[in-house]
Amino acid sequence: MNAPISGAGRYIGQRVLRKEDLRLLTGRGQFVDDVSIAGVLHVAYVRSEIARGRIVSMDLEAARALHGVHAVLTAADLGKFNARCSNMHLHHNDGPITRPLTEEFVRYVGDPIAMVLADSRYIAEDAVALVWVDYEEEDPLITVEDAMSGPLVHPDRESNVLLQIGLPPNPEFEKIMASATHVVTGTLRHQRIAQSTMEARGVVSNPTGMDELTVHIGCQSTHIASAAIAQAFELPENKVRVVAKDVGGGFGLKAQPWREEVGAIAASLLLRRPVKWIEDRFEALTTSCPARESDITTTMAFDKDAKLLALACVYNSNNGAYPHMPDAGMPVMMFMPGPYRIPVYQFVGKAWLTNTVGLGGYRAPWAIEALARESLFDKAARQIGIDPIEIRRRNLLTASEVPCLNALGLEIDNITPMECLDNLLTKIDVPAFRAEQAEGRKQGRYLGLGIATYIEPTAANGVFPLLSDHAQITIDHAGKVIANLSTHSQGQGIETTHAQIIAEQLGVNVDDVTIYQDDSTRSGFGPGGAGSRQAVVAGAAIIRAAKILTDKVKAIAAHALNANPNDVTIEDGMVKVAGAEAMSRSLKEIAELAYGDAKRLPPDMEGGLEAQYRYTAERMFTHASAAHACIVEVDRETGFTNILRWISSEDCGVQINPAIVEGQIAGGLAQAIGVVLHEEFTIDARGNPTAVTFKDYHLPAITDVPTFEYTHITTPSFSDGGFRGVGEGGMIIGGPTLLNAIADAMLPFGPLPDALPMSPTKLHNLMQNEPVV
Amino acid sequence: MSDHEISMTVNGRTCTSRVEGRMTLGDFLREKVGQTGVHMACEHGVCGACTILVDGLAVRSCLMFAVQADGADVTTVEGAAAPDGSLSPVQQAMRECHALQCGFCTPGVVMTLTSLTQGATKSDEKTLLNAMSGHLCRCTGYQGIRKAIKQLAAGEAA
Repeated sequence: MNAPISGAGRYIGQRVLRKEDLRLLTGRGQFVDDVSIAGVLHVAYVRSEIARGRIVSMDLEAARALHGVHAVLTAADLGKFNARCSNMHLHHNDGPITRPLTEEFVRYVGDPIAMVLADSRYIAEDAVALVWVDYEEEDPLITVEDAMSGPLVHPDRESNVLLQIGLPPNPEFEKIMASATHVVTGTLRHQRIAQSTMEARGVVSNPTGMDELTVHIGCQSTHIASAAIAQAFELPENKVRVVAKDVGGGFGLKAQPWREEVGAIAASLLLRRPVKWIEDRFEALTTSCPARESDITTTMAFDKDAKLLALACVYNSNNGAYPHMPDAGMPVMMFMPGPYRIPVYQFVGKAWLTNTVGLGGYRAPWAIEALARESLFDKAARQIGIDPIEIRRRNLLTASEVPCLNALGLEIDNITPMECLDNLLTKIDVPAFRAEQAEGRKQGRYLGLGIATYIEPTAANGVFPLLSDHAQITIDHAGKVIANLSTHSQGQGIETTHAQIIAEQLGVNVDDVTIYQDDSTRSGFGPGGAGSRQAVVAGAAIIRAAKILTDKVKAIAAHALNANPNDVTIEDGMVKVAGAEAMSRSLKEIAELAYGDAKRLPPDMEGGLEAQYRYTAERMFTHASAAHACIVEVDRETGFTNILRWISSEDCGVQINPAIVEGQIAGGLAQAIGVVLHEEFTIDARGNPTAVTFKDYHLPAITDVPTFEYTHITTPSFSDGGFRGVGEGGMIIGGPTLLNAIADAMLPFGPLPDALPMSPTKLHNLMQNEPVV
Repeated sequence: MSDHEISMTVNGRTCTSRVEGRMTLGDFLREKVGQTGVHMACEHGVCGACTILVDGLAVRSCLMFAVQADGADVTTVEGAAAPDGSLSPVQQAMRECHALQCGFCTPGVVMTLTSLTQGATKSDEKTLLNAMSGHLCRCTGYQGIRKAIKQLAAGEAA
């Protein structure tokens, strides 16, 4: 049962065209704003214009009097429906009490203080403009430095440190630092990132019946959304139906309903009317939980052979006022050792509260570990005087060293970073590049090569709800296949990949398989799109459910045809008996038997062709491995970084659909390019966001992203199917690969600044120095 | 607010409606004509998701008022495929090249590429690439869009 499938089957491993694309290319998808319900009221939020202060008075009369306005609600009006939000773990994690509307004290620019419900969004926005608020303004805390010395963001808390984590001090550490041959330190400041799903957040909440609620919402799991809504409003979870057919990107932002979505649902419950809130881009860029803002100082100690003796990190994160969950760097701490041999490890991390919008999780929330570690390896290589590839070779765990426990006690097993690096280096001629680079520098061309290696922890098993996934597969009476999965797609292509797995396992045509994952009441509970898990865990659940179903088909066919079940196979939707061509029956004929002719089934067999399985991965993590390289040229005239080449070498186990695997890698890499070169959620000294449209907040465009080259190696994982996750890897490794390339290119001008992004302005300033070649 | 009676052809059918002067063409097509394939994503004319054809030219429907399209011939993504439902060359190329993931930016990409390749219009790869620099996609890293552009420029998608 545990044997991996080969990876080159009829469907597994094939670049099957996506089923989703037919509706998405023709405008027939159904996103949340496409849902229309009679009598729906449209929400626009009244938001704080200051970052910190007390609301002295609010004049809502003019807004309430506007024609077409049904209600203007404050926190007091919402009353018990101004419910407490919980994160994707259905937990509060001791975070600040977070409700849709703030009652008295505003804590960031954009803090929702009232909501207008009107016949249209146009009218709702008109009414928002008629609301007058008087504030008693205080000086806001914008940065972590402000938070260290400023007054409390939440006066009910003891300090502005929301959470502190760390490893117990290791007495060996100071001794190693004192005696190590080489000690290297670096600080990296990660800017705040606007998540920028192309479809912003949105919800349509429809109270149905006495105590039922149907909610259409942009989410990453209908089940988590349903559970979080039920928890907030103390409703029975089985009465909250969440529907989400198409979702235009999630990335972590939509992992849980947050203030504005919960607010719209609250209004629908209070008014007993359908209510719709569709976030606009201004809201999305200013008040939709952004990500990442943190800094990390990393120290590495090496022996005379450039082998790591110890690693230490100090991490601080600007969590804003109401984060999805406190971020003191727990996953950063867990994944910092990565694929390396690190005997002694120290980590201290703090989450700081400030008067900025709360931080959210964003694709690979721990990705700063790879940025910090991999850029420091390059710095160490330069300081020690060895090649950046060589320093990795000396410190990467090799096949003979695993399984092992890393410095944190986490099991590292079945990884292939060294193999990925070897494979990468077959695609790039490093000595030839170095010669070109040296020649280029003489001519005033600044080329750089960056390399990074990592392991990606996928399919986490251990923290609720990241536990298991469920597959329920039916061959209907007409012989076609319907599967209800606990998964959810925000673009990952699960309707295609998981149909491929089913088609392969059942022996049917992939066109005859339809996947549903859009309704919390139709499928088993699952965490959906979170933690690069759906191929691994739901894929394995499918394999096991399909096995049960296949066995049943074989048993029915064997009984009806008087054959041995072991001689029965299903191929292309035909049920065949070995050596008896004439006895072949279509799956439809067997299904008709299973559903309609109980007397012809084996004794005591339940009718129908339905099977289900809930799968839990055996390991805490299923690791994917990778090594990437990129070559850049930085223009001295403009400071602009031009990416000339990018090669991805990865091992995500058995690939279900290489086109979709490469799509996941490419999407993550583009987001990483955005982090390193372009994107920045900027805030002025009074706490006002200043990048409020896509003209000011620079997402990478097609001209910023090169054509990626891919090379794959395939080492099956321990899970059924042999799959590994691939959702976050590009985002993790893209950053350090590009940062290292820029640092290499800029070497003649000195070290890079600490703070991302490496904008043309910053690089241009640095290039005012005379190059030292 | 002033109301205006307007009439236009949308995907081959005549639509007549009263609208406020301030209603954008994008909102009109979504809310009054039911063409929800028109996706509003930035509402500043930057991201391109809401692109449609007005009298054959690619237009950002968030930057145009419905009243400005009075009398115009409008095509949205719903009108891009052939009447029998078969995908247009642009749609087919995008499908074959895995040029989309979540699909939210996709309708605008389809319409801009359509405007530059429809009928006798021929565009080379560079022209199409430059046009795509006005479309934002957060999912794909543009790899499939680049491939689709190559295919369309080479005239392979038939």
